Amino acid sequence: MKPVLLKGGTLIDPSQKLDAKGDVLIAQGKVESAGGRISAPDECDVVDCTGMIVSPGFIDVHCHLREPGREDVETIATGARAAAAGGFTAVCAMPNTDPVTDNQAAVGFVMRQGANANAARVYPIGAISLGQQGKALAEFGEMVGAGAVAVSDDGKPVVSAQLMRTALEYARTFRIPVIDHCEEPTLAAGGAMNEGIVSARLGLRGIPSEAEEIMVIRDILLARRTGGHVHLAHMSTKGSVELIRWGKERGINVSAEVCPHHLSLTEDRVMAYDTNAKMNPPLRTAADVAALREAVKDGTIDLIATDHAPHHYDEKEREFADAPNGIVGLETALALIVTHLVESGIITYAEMVDRMSCTPARLFNLPGGSLRRGTVADVTIFNPDECWKVDPATFLSKGRNTPYAGMKLRGKAVCTIVAGQIVYRQ
Amino acid sequence: MSGALGKDLLGLEDLSADQIRLILDTAEPFKEISERAIKKVPALRGSTIVNLFFENSTRTRISFEFAEKRLSADTVNVSATGSSVAKGETLVDTARNLEAMRIDMVVIRHPASGAARFLADRIPSNVINAGDGTHEHPTQGLLDILTLRDKFKTLEGRRVCICGDILHSRVARSNIWGLQKLGVEVGVCGPRSLLPNAIDELGVRVFDRIEEAIEWAEALNVLRLQLERMTAGYIPSPREYNRVFGITRERLDRAGRDILILHPGPMNRGVEIDSDVADGPHSVILDQVTNGVAIRMAVLYLLAGGKPELAEAAKGGEPRARNAS
Repeated sequence: MKPVLLKGGTLIDPSQKLDAKGDVLIAQGKVESAGGRISAPDECDVVDCTGMIVSPGFIDVHCHLREPGREDVETIATGARAAAAGGFTAVCAMPNTDPVTDNQAAVGFVMRQGANANAARVYPIGAISLGQQGKALAEFGEMVGAGAVAVSDDGKPVVSAQLMRTALEYARTFRIPVIDHCEEPTLAAGGAMNEGIVSARLGLRGIPSEAEEIMVIRDILLARRTGGHVHLAHMSTKGSVELIRWGKERGINVSAEVCPHHLSLTEDRVMAYDTNAKMNPPLRTAADVAALREAVKDGTIDLIATDHAPHHYDEKEREFADAPNGIVGLETALALIVTHLVESGIITYAEMVDRMSCTPARLFNLPGGSLRRGTVADVTIFNPDECWKVDPATFLSKGRNTPYAGMKLRGKAVCTIVAGQIVYRQ
Repeated sequence: MSGALGKDLLGLEDLSADQIRLILDTAEPFKEISERAIKKVPALRGSTIVNLFFENSTRTRISFEFAEKRLSADTVNVSATGSSVAKGETLVDTARNLEAMRIDMVVIRHPASGAARFLADRIPSNVINAGDGTHEHPTQGLLDILTLRDKFKTLEGRRVCICGDILHSRVARSNIWGLQKLGVEVGVCGPRSLLPNAIDELGVRVFDRIEEAIEWAEALNVLRLQLERMTAGYIPSPREYNRVFGITRERLDRAGRDILILHPGPMNRGVEIDSDVADGPHSVILDQVTNGVAIRMAVLYLLAGGKPELAEAAKGGEPRARNAS
């Protein structure tokens, strides 16, 4: 493999407090050097990065790639390519497939398909319970041995507090986070959107914010009891932010993520019964959005993840209450964060890179997240100034279900490098 | 083609006060048609209307059918109990099939909130919402308002309380929007477990006790208590509901003045309303039914492009030219 020189960009790497113009030289799939002016060695590919931001590769710890089971909607290969096009060098695939990724063979399948995709890296997340039934623990040890980086029953909450406790205890041996989809099922039952004034007007059954918050505090308390690492998926409410802050102040091993849609849209988006505004957890209020943005800034919420959830268009083209939850996110996340958080002055580019690369790598023990010499050369190069209009027809994902169609956003991935190899170029 | 109401009637939240008044005023001349020996005018001759009912309904469907027939439209009733999904065909396919048959209007009743709008967004025909889930039931709201206007003459400043299960009631929502737009003070009263959590933000006065609501109101619109709410655990029993929230003669007498009683039907006698109230001198429940036909004629006529000022003339027999307006 030829060395690659990334020339003339702005280097942003919070892991070594780099935020300046500088070049990056990649050799043997690793970062050879980063910072300052580097002259091109012989036999070297040069990527002109003038006007671009060069950062450690973005990592999405939460996406649904639908394979095995729903290859009509997404495959690991199309998902990994969509990820690369969105500036992600690695994604973690949730186990709620059919069959469920709840054993080492299934984990091995995801690893293999991910490697064959030759795009973003794909890390499997194993199920917490067999078949995600919420009853018996899956074999964490064997799944980790086969490549799983975390466990989760995402899509479903872990209803039993006892099972959650056991999972947090058992996961400590393997030093992996236990990811919970926080939703108290009896409060959320039948809900289609946030409970509030909009649900009252539309006559849709609401999901109160307490459905999330009750499970958030339960999980935080269980993490305190067990010392296990609980990672809270897709936080959506102001109350959750306050509870996480409470937990972190006490040194409890809790981390949390938020999705770009919960940082950029409110429940008002549901007013026309647009099923592309239907997700779980639902879009909440402006006060929730403000609290979540603040939490990204102050680190209460550790990282940004997409919850990329492709669906067939037929499935979304129906009555609101009957439509499935979720939107695609891999190809809009970067621009949504630039547009709604950086451009609006809430966070800096360094903080964006931290929340989308350094922190996910650190919390999930993944390679990357840094451009230090000797680190695996996973690099995201993006144009912070490019304005573009979201056109779902151009997505590499098979999913077209996005509430952002037609919207103008700023910021676009131009080149994505995994282990020194260019896997996406605009 | 769209007249004074636009293409569809999906809910009263979308209408202006003037549009609501226009429908009420247009209904006036149509009332008289139902009193004739020959209850038919040619206003919608040549129009085809589908009554698409995905939910059981007797009175709304019959009321629409009478309204359509008295305007000389050709009607087809399609009833599919359960959701379209259960039937195997999606709502979008149903919509496309209807469109392919070149129908002029669809009256839709559906268990999913937003279904009428879903249909309206996808077909060029006029769509009338005859009740979508727990969202709106605009013609019911309109006929309630017409009945109140008949009795009160002016609506501005009147006090109307809607009693019962507001959370799951499309009738309640349509009444709240419509009445508020016409300057009526709206109250609601029911167990908190059957009121939307955000009820205060709807601009209504909330009463926890029915006695206080009766004390305040000049008219009560008593909603039907869906018996399935009991099994879902919102309230403990119909017996207790009657004891705490039932509209009884005794409670009304205590107010010491006449209070108008409305009910969208069908009634659970002895649950939300006692028989001697339902059949009593201040009950306008059957006037509501009569007005329902006139309101639906007015809505059909206006959506078809009929000129409000010609409604009186339409009674006479001038044939309606489609697409003429």
